[in-house]
Amino acid sequence: MKEVLALFKARNIEYYRDKSSLAWAFLFPLMIIIGCAIAFSNPDIAVFKVGVDGDVEDYQSIALLRQPYIKTVSFADREKGLERLQYHQLDLFISQAPQRYWINTESTNSLAAETLFADALASFNKQQTSGRKVRYVDWVVPGVLAMNLMFGALFGVGYVIVRYRHNGVLKRLQATPVSALQFLTAQMASRIIIVVVVNGIIFSGCQFFLDLIVLGSYMNLLLITVIGSLSLIAVGLLVSCRTANEELAGGLLNAATWPMLFFSEVWFSLDEAPQWLRYFSDLMPLTHIVKAFRAVMIDGAGLGDISYHLMLLVALTGVCLLISASLFRWHRDG
Amino acid sequence: MQYLLEVQHLCKHYRSLRAVDDISFGIPAGICFGLLGPNGAGKTTTIEMMEGITTPTSGEILFKNQPRDKHYSQHTGIQFQSTALQDFLTVREVLALFGSLYENPLPAQQLIERCELGEFIDQQANKLSGGQKQRLLLALALVSDPTILFLDEPTTGLDPQSRRRFWDLITAIKAEGKTIVLTTHYMDEAELLCDELVIMDHGKIIDQGSPRVLLDKYLPHKRIAIDQPVELNPDSLNGDIIRGDGEIVIITQSVEQTLQQLIQQQVDLSTLRVRNPTLEDLFIQLTGHQLRE
Repeated sequence: MKEVLALFKARNIEYYRDKSSLAWAFLFPLMIIIGCAIAFSNPDIAVFKVGVDGDVEDYQSIALLRQPYIKTVSFADREKGLERLQYHQLDLFISQAPQRYWINTESTNSLAAETLFADALASFNKQQTSGRKVRYVDWVVPGVLAMNLMFGALFGVGYVIVRYRHNGVLKRLQATPVSALQFLTAQMASRIIIVVVVNGIIFSGCQFFLDLIVLGSYMNLLLITVIGSLSLIAVGLLVSCRTANEELAGGLLNAATWPMLFFSEVWFSLDEAPQWLRYFSDLMPLTHIVKAFRAVMIDGAGLGDISYHLMLLVALTGVCLLISASLFRWHRDG
Repeated sequence: MQYLLEVQHLCKHYRSLRAVDDISFGIPAGICFGLLGPNGAGKTTTIEMMEGITTPTSGEILFKNQPRDKHYSQHTGIQFQSTALQDFLTVREVLALFGSLYENPLPAQQLIERCELGEFIDQQANKLSGGQKQRLLLALALVSDPTILFLDEPTTGLDPQSRRRFWDLITAIKAEGKTIVLTTHYMDEAELLCDELVIMDHGKIIDQGSPRVLLDKYLPHKRIAIDQPVELNPDSLNGDIIRGDGEIVIITQSVEQTLQQLIQQQVDLSTLRVRNPTLEDLFIQLTGHQLRE
């Protein structure tokens, strides 16, 4: 155990004394979040968005819906429509059978829309819902946190191991009684602590400056961070278990990160994307980390709701660790 | 004979290359054992198999007459030809790190004094000069208080002063009774430090023995040189005479006899030099090429 602790401590010292990469670890995600906050802080265009339950054609009797300043969206699933109303993505939701309409009491736009439609909906039964507005920044921050976790985990372990192998640090450790398992445990533990601390600081910063929506438990967020980091560290280990070529490792790690960056719903939702792309997205660990983060933060999901994502990540970790442990080599010549 | 470490029919093949080709030798405890040879002779591959870093293609390595087990690395100290250490760690922190990896490490202070690390103990380990770094790597090899110490070309690339300082350290370690295995392509280093030598080339052992025995076996002749111009009668001298640039060299088996003959001829001996053959001469004799090729 003292071997693992010594290696863990050494890796931590190495990390925090490397001022340039330490600064970058904080600056990069903060820059993205600040950029997002500025870019998406424009007020919404003043148009009312009304959701209707079922086909728009069934609502011909409500003439206001055909006005150019009203955008009508139809929903086959009423719950989906009400969810949008809660998140302020709709101002009003109308249903024909039975005749009801819903407003969001926390949205001034919703209250204004109700006044506008007062005559048209006189015979409809009024329902209320409430919910804070989910801004793009509330939606994107979980993605950015997950992305930061991905870079920290993949490059922080994978690339470091390839560098250690290339310059002979690994070979020197092989000459001591340290086992591969002890060495890897120390590297993983060090990186998980670093990722948790860095993400914790970034999260707190965002919370302070952007007043994020966090409906779920912080412990669940921590759990996702730890399991998510483990799974991506394991992918990093798989990439780095044999090669001593830093350029090749860099290329492989980039090949792993870029598809995840675009297709794991970090920046945009794939709800409207073709089915095959969504299947592809589901194969990526980052997708499950992002979805779990968002579910906890925006929807207030509990452990049971995100267990599917967590179990997939744990399974991926196990598979990657098994393969990399069997293929691992200490030095360049085998 | 009782050996601390014994190598039997050791081979290492990389595809078609026979880096080490069926070599056998034994190392008694308490000596400095040298593996000598030019670059590419198979020295590093051999020592790394002995260290347990590289797996042999075939053959056996016995430690205290037993196959090596998982505790073997607790008994060895290793200094590789080139090693990087973790970035940003100071010399003191590196010593503490490596100390934690062994069951019974030597106290850091003892290593600092023995390897003369005091003057740069709080500097970053990866920013040391060549000589300082080699002394730190030697200290790391000694952390476990090893029974057997492996040094792979420890002074390559060092300036003469640093080399000499390093040799003094090795001589002191030898005096403590530790067994040392050393690879080198510096003949003066081997001559100064090694009690036993194996001379390797192309993965094979050319010969083995103590430096003195090997020199006497292959190069029994001494060289007597006198600066030109000099008047002497070759017919009344034992030995071959070579006339070179500015000097005459007499190759003889008996220095005393040749000196007496020169005195009889009343030759001016004020510039006389007697040269013993070196390991370098021996190597050229055995392998037919220069050692640093």
